[in-house]
Amino acid sequence: MSMSRVTRTPVRTARAPVPAQGRERRAARTRSGQWAAWAFLAPVVVYLLIFYAYPLYRNVELSLRNYTVRSFVQGDAPFAGFANYAKVFADATFAPALWHTIVFTVVSLAFQFTIGLALAVFFSRNFRLSATLRALFLVPWLLPLIVSASTWSWMLNSDSGVVNAALSWAGAGPVNWLTSPDWSLWSVIIANIWIGIPFNLVVLYSGLQAIPSAVYEAAALDGAGAWQRFWRVTFPLLRPVSAITVLLGLVYTLKVFDIIWIMTKGGPSGSSSTFATWSYRLGFGNLVPSFGPGAAVGNLLILMALAFGLVYIRVQRRQAAA
Amino acid sequence: MRRLKTAVGLALTAVMLFPVYWMVNVSFTRDQDMRKSPPYWFPVHGTLEGYRAVLERQLPYLGVSLVVGLGTVALTLLIAAPAAYSLAKLRPRGGGVLSFVLLIAQMIPGIIMAMGFYAIFLTTGVLNTVPGLIVADSTLAVPFAVLILTAFMSGIPEELLQAARVDGAGVMRTFVSIVLPVSRNSIITVSLFAFLWAWSDFVFASTLDQGGAHQPITLGIYHYIGNNNQEWNAIMATAVVASIPATVLLIVAQRYVAAGVTAGAVKD
Repeated sequence: MSMSRVTRTPVRTARAPVPAQGRERRAARTRSGQWAAWAFLAPVVVYLLIFYAYPLYRNVELSLRNYTVRSFVQGDAPFAGFANYAKVFADATFAPALWHTIVFTVVSLAFQFTIGLALAVFFSRNFRLSATLRALFLVPWLLPLIVSASTWSWMLNSDSGVVNAALSWAGAGPVNWLTSPDWSLWSVIIANIWIGIPFNLVVLYSGLQAIPSAVYEAAALDGAGAWQRFWRVTFPLLRPVSAITVLLGLVYTLKVFDIIWIMTKGGPSGSSSTFATWSYRLGFGNLVPSFGPGAAVGNLLILMALAFGLVYIRVQRRQAAA
Repeated sequence: MRRLKTAVGLALTAVMLFPVYWMVNVSFTRDQDMRKSPPYWFPVHGTLEGYRAVLERQLPYLGVSLVVGLGTVALTLLIAAPAAYSLAKLRPRGGGVLSFVLLIAQMIPGIIMAMGFYAIFLTTGVLNTVPGLIVADSTLAVPFAVLILTAFMSGIPEELLQAARVDGAGVMRTFVSIVLPVSRNSIITVSLFAFLWAWSDFVFASTLDQGGAHQPITLGIYHYIGNNNQEWNAIMATAVVASIPATVLLIVAQRYVAAGVTAGAVKD
């Protein structure tokens, strides 16, 4: 299967011009054709309405009403307008959670991309075992997040973790990775970088494969060294793919929840809580759930993800058109 | 030079996969060695205690995950395959808008969907049920599946479908006997990912099935950790077992996996 075909965005379909002759018959056929086309689309449309649009609508509604567990069941919660949003903005958690979300996303992406790109360049020239090793690099991305997160939890354990054992062997003191407010955010970032490297590697690698080797040969003939070749040839030619990789990574990283929740639950004392974990804590993490504010935080997160998502789609369309 | 590259490659892979190795190592470690400092770097006094615990306690969870995974694959294909055929070959008016909506849908954080589902499931009584979880998990895969399958089916030569039409095959017939068999590879790719995502799902399981009688393996592990359990060999043994589908997938279907990761991200 040629994957290059699969990678194109399937949005535009070429419409053949209809000749004047026999236009009526063609129109009748098109009309029945439209029926068939939409009959095949009907399941997905119904599905999107029930399982995407409706939950999202319920989520907006949750954020605009004053829900308690009881009114949740009975469905008679009073309308509260933007009170939940005001509550969220005024909350002492808001500023730190926003900051942690930004730090988590930016630092994760920077390292994932840099390491991913370095590995992609390293693997771009074939050598013995290169295909096998490249495949093995996919493992962290494929493991269930609960598996990765609990493994990292144990590795970063203060007393018995292998990371602290290695540190003390190197002469450094133990670090309370998960239990110290100074380190918890960095711990989840480290785990998240590890999980995200394979995605960057694979995408950037396939981008590198698309650069014709003649370009490199020409640069080599002109006397460009390896370092120069990377900055003058590879990096500029890889820019479109890089843009796509980073933007997709941004959308994915903003919504990371599992890793943080499993490793630190956003703690200690909120030191690693992001919008995603804060939303979950409000809605499900306490004995008395506050669905309204939880949904409000969630909707703010959607807005952030969608903003970058739209940029991604724009960039991708422009590239497809070019 | 090339041999040197292989050596460096092996070293890098070893570093990258160290956490995976550590998971396996800990899963074989005896309880009394668990807090030993420094730890054993190899399972010198290896024990199967952890795996015995998996057999005793985790089998029901694994069964549920299997059912949920297969159910998600079935539901995803049922909805995505016809839609992709239509978008790729039948030129529906407004198809572009639908593709756009699907792209957007992929970007909605799962935790937000979970909250909406919770509200709906509570009132309709599907909270804490396996079908409810299958439906929720399928939302992870359906947009991806439609987009991938559409891209692939767009590449099916028009002549092939024309020939079927000349032979008197209707739209439905063409779909079932030509388009589906030809699209086998992309259907496999989509199924693998749908299964893996459902198998790995934690967000929906922990919100929509927390009080359920049948819970998936992700919750099995989570309960283990949450109970302040100190049997890390049992926890890691469960994690190893929960990683089996991903491993099998990588061995059996490596090229499909790489294809799925790149799909949609790169222009050819």
